[in-house]
Amino acid sequence: MSGFYHSVTLDEEKCKGCTHCMGRCPTEAIRVRDGKARILSERCIDCGECIRVCPHHAKRARYDELSRLQEFEYTIALPAPTLYGQFSSLMDIDYVLSGLIDMGFSDVFEVSRGAEIVSDATRRLMKDKKLPLPVISSACPAIVRLIRVQFPSLVDNVLPLQAPIHVAARMAKEEAAKKTGLPFEKIGVFFISPCPAKVTDVVQPIGIERSWVDGALSMADIYPRLVEKMNKIKTPRALAQSGIIGVSWASSGGEASALIREQYLAADGIENVKAVLEELENSTLRSLEFAELNACPGGCVGGVMAVENAYVAKARIQRLRKYLPVSLNHADGMGGDYLDWDSRLEYIGVMELSQDLGEAMEMMARIDELTEVLPGLDCGSCGAPSCRALAEDIVTRGARQNDCIFILRREASSAGISVSQGLMSPADKDGESH
Amino acid sequence: MKPITKRYEVSGDDFTHAGEASSKVKAALKQLGYAPDAIRRTAIAMYEGEINMVIHANGGLASVEIYPDRVEILLDDHGPGIENVELAMQEGYSTAPDEVRALGFGAGMGLPNIKKYTDDMRIESKLGVGTKVFMTVKVDREE
Repeated sequence: MSGFYHSVTLDEEKCKGCTHCMGRCPTEAIRVRDGKARILSERCIDCGECIRVCPHHAKRARYDELSRLQEFEYTIALPAPTLYGQFSSLMDIDYVLSGLIDMGFSDVFEVSRGAEIVSDATRRLMKDKKLPLPVISSACPAIVRLIRVQFPSLVDNVLPLQAPIHVAARMAKEEAAKKTGLPFEKIGVFFISPCPAKVTDVVQPIGIERSWVDGALSMADIYPRLVEKMNKIKTPRALAQSGIIGVSWASSGGEASALIREQYLAADGIENVKAVLEELENSTLRSLEFAELNACPGGCVGGVMAVENAYVAKARIQRLRKYLPVSLNHADGMGGDYLDWDSRLEYIGVMELSQDLGEAMEMMARIDELTEVLPGLDCGSCGAPSCRALAEDIVTRGARQNDCIFILRREASSAGISVSQGLMSPADKDGESH
Repeated sequence: MKPITKRYEVSGDDFTHAGEASSKVKAALKQLGYAPDAIRRTAIAMYEGEINMVIHANGGLASVEIYPDRVEILLDDHGPGIENVELAMQEGYSTAPDEVRALGFGAGMGLPNIKKYTDDMRIESKLGVGTKVFMTVKVDREE
């Protein structure tokens, strides 16, 4: 399968071929081959966990450079609310927004405005009982992609509304076109992203054909220049136009609490989210109405392109929002095409062994046999994240049994070649069977 | 075609492990490219049965056979047995202890849910000997 754009990439020179990223990948999308951690494109959901754990900074996020602003006559910055939590002793969001203007943007449009509109629209849809329960948030693109490849029975529960960035981008562009008289293509809308998943979602959005966002910048990348500009501001311009509801989307629980309902759940951190999705699949949470799921610990504030610690950022945003109005943006008069997905979320069986069930069964029988033979240590030395994954790779990807160093040692010693005695034989496997 | 067979020991000692076997079966069915509806029904039915084994019977053995057109599951325990199967099948009937109810289980929906989500279900139970729950989920559900 091809055609998947990814913003998570590998710096070959820095990669040492260690297994940190491989062991943490939630979709088992990484294999170490020829000493480098390769990404299986069709499985990657751009969650950024590998970037978070790589000790050599070899996994990186792709994003646009600031120089791209020059391609447009009029430019608008779309800051994610997470940005507001990145500065110590900030008392007013307008300093951040004014700083963006001083950096060279013609205007700003807060993503939190889009968030408030999505919150309002969600409240209405749920009140009219138009959605299957529990509704699962569609705001975190890594989670939407996770559901798309691993949770086929939950695809219809995903909120079929565009994420706040896309809503905000269209509003920003239309507003600017009206104000300046410029055609859309001369107006550049730049999202300031806390994570690679949202960069991917700008290039290859789910649910809509094309995003209104023209480029995605990294929060960490623009941070030093923004701070420099902010420090020079004496009186900031009055630019902020969102309230508590929109700004609270930055951290876990913000979107869910904005629905003003009791039966909600907010989970963050990709492993926690996976556990919740498993429960949802088993229908064990029957009274639940809404599930807000964020791939990063703490929510968007935990994104790998954010500068500050997630929980520090969250605390700052809590303080900042204190004197804000509840909400300044509503979905009144917004036509469906501003908010609705054009197409429903479709399950993609990238984890499937074969398109043919009979063939898949034969392969699984072989994988089960091989798994029994492998030592069950999940050490990763073979370049696969677990013994089971190596068994799968042997059957599906041309890996060999003696990619396992324990099997290799056994083969060598039976051929009369002595291998280091330092490698202890693993204890007999007692796994899930017998 | 030979079925894919899976056997799991469901431990009765530790409630926090309950649901692991059904989770593994679910993962296998996804990998095989099974129909989502059949995966969902298998997951729910087996999960309910697995929880029952842990709550009432101190664990047991789960055997699963996956065929192209159906999944057959046998949950076999050596627990106290069910005194009145007909009564146990009624919605809301439960003999679960309070500490289990405190976790949100024991609502008396386990067996009725298994019945609801499977295409075939059979219980063999002997007091003092144990209980066998047989269930079949077909890919194409007969209406």
